[in-house]
Order: sequence, then structure tokens, then C-alpha cells
Amino acid sequence: MSPRILGAVTARVILQVRCDPRTLVLLLVLPCVLITLLWWMFENTPYFDQFGPAVLAMFPFIVMFLVTSVTTLRERSGGTLERLLAMPMGKIDFLGGYAVAFGAVAAIQAVLAVGLSVGVLGLDVQGPVWLLAVVAIADAVLGTALGLFVSAFARTEFQAVQFMPLVVIPQILLCGLFVPTDQLPDALEWVSRVLPLTYAVDAMQTLTVTADTGDVWQDLAVIAGYAVVVLVLGAATLRRRTP
Amino acid sequence: MVKNAVEISDLHVVRGGHDVLEHLDLSIGDGVTGLLGPSGCGKSTLMRCLVGVQQVAGGTVRVFGQEAGSRPLRDRIGYVTQAASVYDDLSVAENLRFFARVLGVDRQEVDRVVEAVDLGSQRDRVVGRLSGGQRSRASLAVALLGSPDLLVLDEPTVGLDPVLREDLWALFHELAAGGTAVLVSSHVMDEAERCDRLLLMREGRIIADGSPTEIKQQAGADSVDAAFLAIVRSDAA
Repeated sequence: MSPRILGAVTARVILQVRCDPRTLVLLLVLPCVLITLLWWMFENTPYFDQFGPAVLAMFPFIVMFLVTSVTTLRERSGGTLERLLAMPMGKIDFLGGYAVAFGAVAAIQAVLAVGLSVGVLGLDVQGPVWLLAVVAIADAVLGTALGLFVSAFARTEFQAVQFMPLVVIPQILLCGLFVPTDQLPDALEWVSRVLPLTYAVDAMQTLTVTADTGDVWQDLAVIAGYAVVVLVLGAATLRRRTP
Repeated sequence: MVKNAVEISDLHVVRGGHDVLEHLDLSIGDGVTGLLGPSGCGKSTLMRCLVGVQQVAGGTVRVFGQEAGSRPLRDRIGYVTQAASVYDDLSVAENLRFFARVLGVDRQEVDRVVEAVDLGSQRDRVVGRLSGGQRSRASLAVALLGSPDLLVLDEPTVGLDPVLREDLWALFHELAAGGTAVLVSSHVMDEAERCDRLLLMREGRIIADGSPTEIKQQAGADSVDAAFLAIVRSDAA
């Protein structure tokens, strides 16, 4: 691993995002618009406080999953990955560069979405607000890691996008948003406890109802653990030598 | 005796269930070596082996005495794939600055290679908006960063205007004169005359090896194209 090379990848990915105003808008503005929509839907009901935190957990995960799976697929099919791996580029430099870059984008996204929800839309948060942002960032890194991993199994950008229903939607259904995890049928409860998004949603919900952060740190540890494991799996799919 | 830049022995590569390279023995030394043959004959696969990104079924490939693809070689080889391996959404200079950082070479290198491939007036343009020839030159510029000891160029002159092609071949010879081993592939036979040494390739085998003059003489032909045909026919007979 080389900090110089990891830094080069990070800077390049951020530069690419900055050069692409449409993606930038989708990454930063869209989550705010959707949160506002949710708030509006539940106007005069107590449900925004219930669904808002879960949605805050989902955005960074979904968006980063999509963006990363498509961009890294482009690296694989465009020949730039082959070129980089023929250079003194470590796999961890490559993956880490992406994770740091999208983690930074996620941080900005989180600050905007959390700031809007708490400051303007009146989402009730008992725990520290900054910890909401930390959960969002961990979640984004997890999405990035999964996106990197999945891009190894897609041949085209079209296929990569199709992985979203497979990887993301079951997690949304089972994360505790629609039916609290402990009320799910036993088998599904077990599945739910294996899926990482469940922990992100749980962390966000805990922060809104109590100032006690012990559970949140546990959830965060699980999310971080998943992110590291998936990044390592992703590294295993990056082969210097290909058939 | 000067050691060869590349030593290949008994190289065997299988792709998609059939043999692309079968028990190939080859050494490549200094100067500009041309690898010529029809598309699909295994040129790109052979080049990928030199760079160490091709899975091989058997045999050895050594570059400057070390196993191809091993760590100490990774900043000594400049490699241009057939696809322009640059980022379409960044400018020429941004692409080069990124690859320069990865290689750990000086930023002044960026200016040097931009001039070497004659993209000075396009340096701040986004690569995706350049013509095909300009994009492949941007890709070539990346390979020149840090003055590598071996250049592996897969069809770098495809689709270029003849004047530019002339310039690039002059550049290859200039680099070779400076001690860089240059391996250039092409499926256009008229480029053969510009090489110091020619390797004619067909169906995964090297069917002729020598200077353009030697190859023409041996085959009794007056062009490399005719020589290629004559060799293929005598092979089949």
C-alpha cells in the first residue's frame, strides 16, 4: 500500500465527480429533495420521525452502491484498470482510493441531508447530530465496497445497474423500516440480522429516540466490519492477470 | 553481449478454450521491433504477457531478467492497449498528472510527454471530446511517462493521419536510439518497413523473424505484404 498512489486515486475520483455537474447534483441535491418529499407526504402526522432516519441511512448506501458499481465497471471495461494494474498500483490503493473519495462525497451528502432534516424539517433527534453523519458516512463506504465487489460480476453498465434490485432492495425491505426486525417471521428476522443495512437503519433510529449512544457504536462497528470484509472480497476480484 | 530485454520460452496461452499462443519461443532486444499479423493472430495476447496482465497456461516470460509483471518491472514498462486507456471525462493534462502521480514521476514529465505526442494545443481539452487519433496519442503519452525501458504499444498508429504516423515512427526510433526497447504491433503491413526487426505472426505462431530486407529476400518478394503471403503459402504446402 502506498499513500501517494491511494491519494492519487482519491484525488482523481473526486476530480471526475467535480467535472460532472449532473452527477454532483444527483449525489448532493437529490437526497435533500427526496427527504423533503417524505416530510411533505407525512405532513401533520408523526411518521416523518419514524421513517426519516431510515431514509437517511438508505440514501448514502444506495447512491454510493450505484455510482461505484458503474464507475469501477467503466475502469474494468475501458482498459484503465488493466493499465493501472500494470503500473505500481496496489489493489488496496485502488479500492481505498475509491472508498476515501466516495466517503468524502458521502460526508458532504450526509451533512446536507442531516442538516436539512434536523435543522429545517424538524426531525427529532435525541442523540448527537454529528453521529448521524458518521453513520451515514460508514454506510456510504459500505455501499462503495459492495459496488466495487459487484462490478466484478457485471460485464456491462446495464448489468451493473440490474444488481441494485438484487443487492439493495431486499435490504430495504428487511431493514426494519416496514416491519420492525423483531416482528418479522423468524427466518426473515435471521436474514435481516445478517444484512448490513439493518444495522445502519437501527443506528439512525436509535439516535432519534435516545441520547444513549452505546448501541449506535455497536451498529457502527458491524457496518465498518462489513465494509472491510466486502472491500477485501472486492480486492480478491481485482486480478492483475486476466484470461 | 547485450542481454535481451525480453526472453520468452515455451509460452502457452489458452483463451476461451482454445490455444492462442502455442509453445512460443522469442527474444526481443533493442531497437524498434514490429509485431505484424492479421487481427486475431495473438499479437495483443503476446503483448499482455509481456506486461504481466495475461493469465498464461505455461512457459516463462522474463523482462530485463525478471518475471513479467513482477513488482520491480511495473514502472519500467510503458504499455498502450488497443483501447485508449485514459479517462474520457478528464482533460489530457489531468489524465497525465494522475498517472504521473501513480508512477511517482515529476510533474514536468507531463509537459514533456504532451509535446512528444504533439498534443500541446489540446492539453486542456476533455479526452472524450478529442478525435480517435488524439485519444490514442493521449494514451501513448501516458506510456511515455517516466521514460520506461521497454515500450509495449498495441496498434498505436491505427487511424492516424499519415503525417502524424510518420512523426510517431520517428519518435519510436528516437526513443530506441536512447536505449528504450520498443515493441509495436500493427495489422497494417506497410508499417513493417519502418521497423528495425520484424516478427510476422499468424494463428499464434511467429512465421518470420528478421529485418524487413531479410524477410523480403528470404521469401523472394518485393514487399512485406507479398512476403507474408509467400510464407503462409509455403507453410501450407
